[in-house]
Parts: sequence; structure tokens; C-alpha cells
Amino acid sequence: MAPAQAAATAVAKTPRGAPGRRRTGSSTPRHLPYLLIAPAGLLMLGFIAYPVISVFYYSLQHYNVTKPWRNGFAGLDNFTRVFTDDPLFRDSLVFSAKWVVTEVSLQLVLGLALALLVNQTFVGRAVARALVFSPWAVSGVLTTTIWMLLYNPSTGVSRYLADAGIGSYGTSVLSDTGTVFWAVVVTELWRGVPFFAILILADLQSVPKDLYEAASVDGAGRLRQFVHITLPHLKDAIILSTLLRAVWEFNNVDLLYTLTGGGPAGVTTTLPLYVANTGIEGHDFGYASALTTVAFVILLFCSILYLRLSKFGGDSR
Amino acid sequence: MTAALTETDARRTAPPSDTPVIPPKRRRRRQRAFDEVPRWQIYLPLGLYLLFTLVPFYWMLLFALRPAGSTSLVPWPITFEHFEKVWNERSFGVFFQNSMLVGVATLVTTTLIALAGGYALARFQFRVKNAFMLALLCSQFIPGALMLVPLFEIFRNLSMINSLGSVIIAETVFQLPLSMILISGFIKNVPVSLEEAAWVDGCSRLRAFRAVVLPLLRPGLIAVGSFAFVHSWNHFLFALMFLSEQDKQTIPVGLNTLIGADSVDLGALAAGGVIAAVPVVIVFAFIQKWLITGFSAGAVKG
Repeated sequence: MAPAQAAATAVAKTPRGAPGRRRTGSSTPRHLPYLLIAPAGLLMLGFIAYPVISVFYYSLQHYNVTKPWRNGFAGLDNFTRVFTDDPLFRDSLVFSAKWVVTEVSLQLVLGLALALLVNQTFVGRAVARALVFSPWAVSGVLTTTIWMLLYNPSTGVSRYLADAGIGSYGTSVLSDTGTVFWAVVVTELWRGVPFFAILILADLQSVPKDLYEAASVDGAGRLRQFVHITLPHLKDAIILSTLLRAVWEFNNVDLLYTLTGGGPAGVTTTLPLYVANTGIEGHDFGYASALTTVAFVILLFCSILYLRLSKFGGDSR
Repeated sequence: MTAALTETDARRTAPPSDTPVIPPKRRRRRQRAFDEVPRWQIYLPLGLYLLFTLVPFYWMLLFALRPAGSTSLVPWPITFEHFEKVWNERSFGVFFQNSMLVGVATLVTTTLIALAGGYALARFQFRVKNAFMLALLCSQFIPGALMLVPLFEIFRNLSMINSLGSVIIAETVFQLPLSMILISGFIKNVPVSLEEAAWVDGCSRLRAFRAVVLPLLRPGLIAVGSFAFVHSWNHFLFALMFLSEQDKQTIPVGLNTLIGADSVDLGALAAGGVIAAVPVVIVFAFIQKWLITGFSAGAVKG
């Protein structure tokens, strides 16, 4: 009984922390944890680690199925080409950065506003929550389907707006290099905002209510309560969810691949989309692997930098 | 069923027991909070945002339900010709079956494997644990799209191209890391003392897990399983790459074919979109109430 009680008090002290060292049941074999992670470990070794290693390997090779006579060890040729002789790499990297920063910051601001809104008490709140969150689970291809119907110049919304005297007939926002950026940004916002709204709403519900009460007694207005109580409480959740979302938006190709295909004139080609085109349609797998390696290193570097600069997990509370 | 969640919620939100809550004061506070946020400041932005969210859905339904060539803004008279067309002529019936099979298989394999791994991560200290956790986190940075070519070669060597198995394996593998992190978080929230009490009563570890831990994990498992289903239902690139035969394709690939057709049949495209949306909407309605509590139960902050 005694060890069990000790463990119980330890748990009571740190209800959400990692379990400390304790007596495991005497019937528990030593290798049980290894047995339990084995299926996941083996699958990840075979279908994640092995492909990653082969990408690193091929990045040092000339490997193109359409030009087999050139295949062989390339040294750093592919990387030299990436950094010195590839304007498309630079363009796609710049667009990726612009895309990720725009999407994540707008999604965060709108998601935060939306979460604060549906966290209020009002009539019809449950229905409102269900409706505003509903695009959360919609896929990239389905989003494309829906917004192609909206953007279609002859049957879309712009036609009805033109009927009402707003804008002009025949506007095709997706094929104009001047409008396409905001057209895809709005499309991705439509399904991206609920992600932040759901995560932030979940975290809002854990803010101790008595803090607001105390602040209110001390005469702090709603804005000051938001800045001094709500934001510091949400800090870690915001840092983590923006990071996850940034990585996801960077890597996500479904929407842009189906909606614009990287066009018009390549202005919406992200780095992963460029890599996919090089590797799959261009069959230049050696070069695509080098691009992948560079993309992975950039992503990892930016993530670490972001966590450092934002002082994630610091003593903000 | 939701005992664990309500318990943690109560612990977090309940005021300390040594400060008694005085009813009149509380009523006054409510009253003031009510005064502070005018109703229009809630309903006006909410209404605008709802317009942004719902008009696109309405637009799709409109195209799917009104006859071809109509420009009416109300889908009346309603027609199901577009649905019949995509379901039969464009093989969405077959795609639906394939997508369902992939989704359910991914749900089952992901949840079971992640449950085993998550339990090990939550309850044991072992030698490779930290390395394993690091691998799980790092895998989140790997662009799935960039793994397509090596994965294609692996599945070709296994003779699994054009078999739904290849997509199920790929989906499961890429769902696993996050699912396992989430599930181990849920398990950590179940006090070890509950399990230990069952051991003391003579239960084996497995039996204690099934009788004590599993029922408390149900909300979390529902959330993780639903994610796995929705992700694999939605996912496009793996199916596009690994399944080239028409009768093996999934709904997103079918939609992409409709989008890329030379003369896009908007009615058929919209009907296909509705078919793609229905299961996701049902799952979403089903898990909505668990989504927020599930996340607040430590999933995000680990």
C-alpha cells in the first residue's frame, strides 16, 4: 500500500506533470514499453526515416529518370545550383515566406477575435459556434471546388455584384497576377481561421474567472483586462499554434496545387509546390531532393529561431 | 464517460474553496458584465463573419441543386440530376466506397498504434524515450509532399501501387506522431493512482488499463480517431500519386479530375463537392462538443 500511496500523493502534487519514478507492477516485463512503441517505431522507420535518408542521399546525386546517362554522384553540384543558378528557387522561397506570414498573422488575429466573440454569453451561442467553426474540417480540394464556383467570372459572385453595379463583368481574380494573391489568401483564410478560433477558445476557458473579477474591482476596463490577463494567459498556446500552423501552411500544397497550380505565370508557386513540380513532373529527382533538404533546414532553423525569440514556456504566467 | 474532463475542468475553474461565493455579489457581477458588452457588438461582427463562412457553402449547394443553366439565386425547382450524374457517370459511388475504406482503416490503425505508443510514453521511463519524442516532434516538420517520390519507390518495391493499402499505410504513418503525442497527453491526465488501485486489487496491467483508463480516454480517443478519419478522407496527394487506376481512386482525386476537366461542369463539380463534404460535416457535428474540451484537456500544452 505504501508505495501506491506515495505515488498517489506525488500525482496529486503534479496533476499534469510526467509521472515520476515508481514501482511498476511486479508482473510487468522490462521490455513492455519497447513492445508498445514498436509498431509506431517500425512504421516511422520504414516510411518516414528511410524516405528522409533517401532524400538526403539523392540530394548528392544526379538522378533523373529521363536522363539516365547523367545519373551518378554529384557532390554538392545540386546545392550550388540551388543557391547560385536558380531564380525560381528564390522566387518560390520569397512567395512562401509572404504566404506563410500573411496567412498565419491574419488567421491568428481573426481567430482570436472570433474566439473572444463566441466566448461571450449570448443567445444562440452553441449554434453560432458550430457554424463559424464548420470550415475547419474542409479539405484543400473541396475548398478549391467551392471557391472556384464563387470566383467563376460568368456564374460566380462577381457576376451578381456586377449586376448590382459593383465591379465589372468578366472579372477573373484567379488569372490576374494583380489579384490572385489576395484571392488565394481569402480562400485559405476561410478554412484556416476556425483552427485558431478552436484552439484559442479551448485555452480561454482555462483563464481563472476570479482574475477578471479582481481586475474589474480594481477598475481595469475590458481592454486592459485583455492585455494584462487574457493575452499573457494565451501566450504559450498562441506561440505553439502559430508555429504548427506556419509549418503546416508552408508544407500544404493541396489548395494552391488545385486552385492555381502555382500560376498565373508562377506567381503563386510555393517552395514545396516548386519541388513537387521539379521532382514529379520534371522527373529531376536529384535536384528536387536537394531543394527538399534546403527547405527542411530553412524550416527547422526558422522554427528554432521563433521559439527562442518568443521565449516559449518562459515565466510569463 | 467525461468524468476525467469534468473533473479537471472543475479543478481549474472552481474558485478556491476558502473563499465562499456570495450569491448577491455574483448576480451583480453578471449584471455588470451584461451591461459591458452591448448585444450589437456581438451580433454585428458575428453576423458578418457568418456571412463569410456560409455564403461559400450556400453557393455550392445552389449549384448542386439547381438545374444546369439556371441563374436563380434560390435552388428551386430542386433537381438531383447532378448528383445522379457524378455518382454514376463520374464514378463518385466507387470513389465514395474507396474513401470510406481508407478513412475507416486509417482511423482504426492510427488509434490502436497511437494508443499503445501513447501509453508507453505516458507511463514509463525508458532509454529511447527522449529520442523517440524528439523524432515525433521533428517529423512534424517534414513536408509530406516532398516524401512522395521515395514513398512511391517503396510502395513500388512492395508491389502496392494501385492498392488502397499503400494510401492507408502512408496516411497512418503521417497521422501517428501527432496522435501519439495527443493520446499520451490524455493518458497523463488520468491519475496513476486509479490504475495502481486496480493492480492492488489483483488486476493485470492490461485489465486495469481496459477497465480503468480506457473508459476515461473515450473523449480523447474520439477526437483523435475523428482527426485521423477526416485527414485521410480529405488527403489528396498520396491517393493522386499511388492510385492511378480509376476504380481505385478516392473522392479528392475525383474532384480534382472534375476541376481539371476541359469544360468544367459546374453542377457536377458542386454535387461532387457536396458528396465530399457530407461525411466530414457529420463527423464534425458529432465531435464538436469534444473538440474544445479535448484540446483544453492538456493536448495543446502537453
